[in-house]
Amino acid sequence: MRSSASRLSLWLLLTPFLLWIVLLVLLPHLQMLRVSFQVRESWDTLAWGLHQYQNFFTESYYWRTFVRTGVMSLFTTFLTLIIAFPIAWYIARLARGRARGILFMACLIPFWASELVRTYGWMILLRESGVFSSWLQALGWADGPVEMLYNDVAVIIGLVYNGLLFMVVPLVTTLDGMDENLVEAGYDLGGSHGTVLREIVVPWAMPGIVSGCIVVFMLTLGSYLTPVLMGGKDSAWFTEQIFTQFITRFNWEQGAALGVLLLVLSSVIVWLGLKISGQSLRKVMG
Amino acid sequence: MGMDSDLFCEGLVRRFGSNAAVDHISLDVPAGTFFSILGPSGCGKTTLLRLLAGFDRPDEGDIHIRGQRMNQVPPNKRPVNMVFQHLALFPTMSVGDNIGYGLKRRKVPVAQRRKRIARVLEQVGLPGLENRDPGELSGGQRQRVALARCLVLEPTLLLLDEPLGALDLKLREQMKVELKHLQKQFGTTFVYITHDQSEAMVMSDQVAVMREGRFDQVAPPEELYREPATPFVAGFVGDNNRLAGELVAVRDNLAELRLDDGSLVRGRVASGELEIGSRAGLYIRPESLVLSGDALTSGFSAMQANVRTTLFDGANSRVEAENGGQPVFARLPQDGSAPRLSTGSTIRLAWDPALARVFGADNL
Repeated sequence: MRSSASRLSLWLLLTPFLLWIVLLVLLPHLQMLRVSFQVRESWDTLAWGLHQYQNFFTESYYWRTFVRTGVMSLFTTFLTLIIAFPIAWYIARLARGRARGILFMACLIPFWASELVRTYGWMILLRESGVFSSWLQALGWADGPVEMLYNDVAVIIGLVYNGLLFMVVPLVTTLDGMDENLVEAGYDLGGSHGTVLREIVVPWAMPGIVSGCIVVFMLTLGSYLTPVLMGGKDSAWFTEQIFTQFITRFNWEQGAALGVLLLVLSSVIVWLGLKISGQSLRKVMG
Repeated sequence: MGMDSDLFCEGLVRRFGSNAAVDHISLDVPAGTFFSILGPSGCGKTTLLRLLAGFDRPDEGDIHIRGQRMNQVPPNKRPVNMVFQHLALFPTMSVGDNIGYGLKRRKVPVAQRRKRIARVLEQVGLPGLENRDPGELSGGQRQRVALARCLVLEPTLLLLDEPLGALDLKLREQMKVELKHLQKQFGTTFVYITHDQSEAMVMSDQVAVMREGRFDQVAPPEELYREPATPFVAGFVGDNNRLAGELVAVRDNLAELRLDDGSLVRGRVASGELEIGSRAGLYIRPESLVLSGDALTSGFSAMQANVRTTLFDGANSRVEAENGGQPVFARLPQDGSAPRLSTGSTIRLAWDPALARVFGADNL
């Protein structure tokens, strides 16, 4: 009696989670995996095969975009880490009381607006008739309007901005738990600023660094709006390829194959990152 | 002495706002000695230690280590290492890496580093634990690793910030003795801060009693115990009874007090400014009090007291009594010869006036 009641409550608790996993994660991915191996022979006949994957490797535009997206995402993640670390250090170790709360808020506020609005914010600043361009002209540093949008730098700026909060939060959490005496002991035993950072602070913050990097990397790799809006037509982001296949060309088979490849890429890179940093997913996300 | 000692400070001041946490402190620690700074929490001893380590800079005064002025030298360049209160072992490194950290900073080659790590671990009684994680060690072992991490660098001065505080009682007693032995074995000068007078007494060659940013007295433990220079030291170091009364006479360096219950008692004059007719305090240690019955050794002072309770604590068993509203503790004899003391019964406590000390009330 008792055990059946507790079993029921366990199932009730698990239901939302299972629905989430099965309906939103497993089903679409299995379906996508299935579709990606389908080859359309004519309008009403299908065969199984690796045609879509062959396309990916033979069509250089596909795999170049793929590599480019991966490399740029890694670079964005790294840049986000470099920018977020001092911010997190300041919030966790130096700021006190009210200042701390305000700084945290300052990181959070941009996320009250949608990604679309945030991206348009950057476009207002960077476009040819935008704020920076007119300032440069007013200061006499530029003769005519300067276009700062629609290049890789603009895309990376937008992506770093979008990822910053997701890097700052785990870093603040880990740095917050570090005993001040550890840093002092590092100096006391003869360490310079560099060695204390490298040998004591970074190893301590590693779980936070890795979890922040995983989240930012996944967000960046899978982001669509920012590269499209800030990079323009030629931004060549891999998600755009997937979008084009599914929506524009109505080639679901090819789109599904590209989607599966993106999933494989992000999984492999996260796995490599964990291996290299010597962290386990459980430790990092727990 | 002076500029040649391992540590020599003159007129150190460190202010936080208008409050001087360290207020004109001078000290002189000869090479190879164990120097303790004893004081209640908030007396400024941690601030003083941080000045010595270099984590903080004095507002006034000088710090000399082996004759070198250290005021502007950052902590990583001082020949000083510190054992932190919570040890601050690097949790991401093995025991060996913790100890090797300082050697690595000094660019000691790997082979030699390994040898020195093994040797120091042996010296602190933890041979072969290089590859263990600090988290796997017991409290006492971690303590020793923290010591080894500093001692392997052969510092001129080792600072210890109440490192025994986190240990349980039994281990603390054991580590006290061990620290003393290690200090002798390495010959390093130790500066140890603590609020536990027993730690300071057992281990130190010299103890400085600190209060409100100043040293009340700097002396070897025994002198501190037998000849406290101020009422604060008399009350803080070891157990002591304080009997308040009115000063009626001073003769041959002995002061005579009339206690509140009217009895006349005597003790040695401990401070110069005693004024006949003013209030004064007589300090007498529980072990100096004798339960005298009727017979009184000549020259002893005596008073009546009402028994409140007896406190059995093995060798430290005491009787708590009361005289004119003031509590008095007396040590019970070890041979069980004490009479049965029932609550409310009257006893006579006597003492040799040479063992009691009298301070003027303005000196409290």
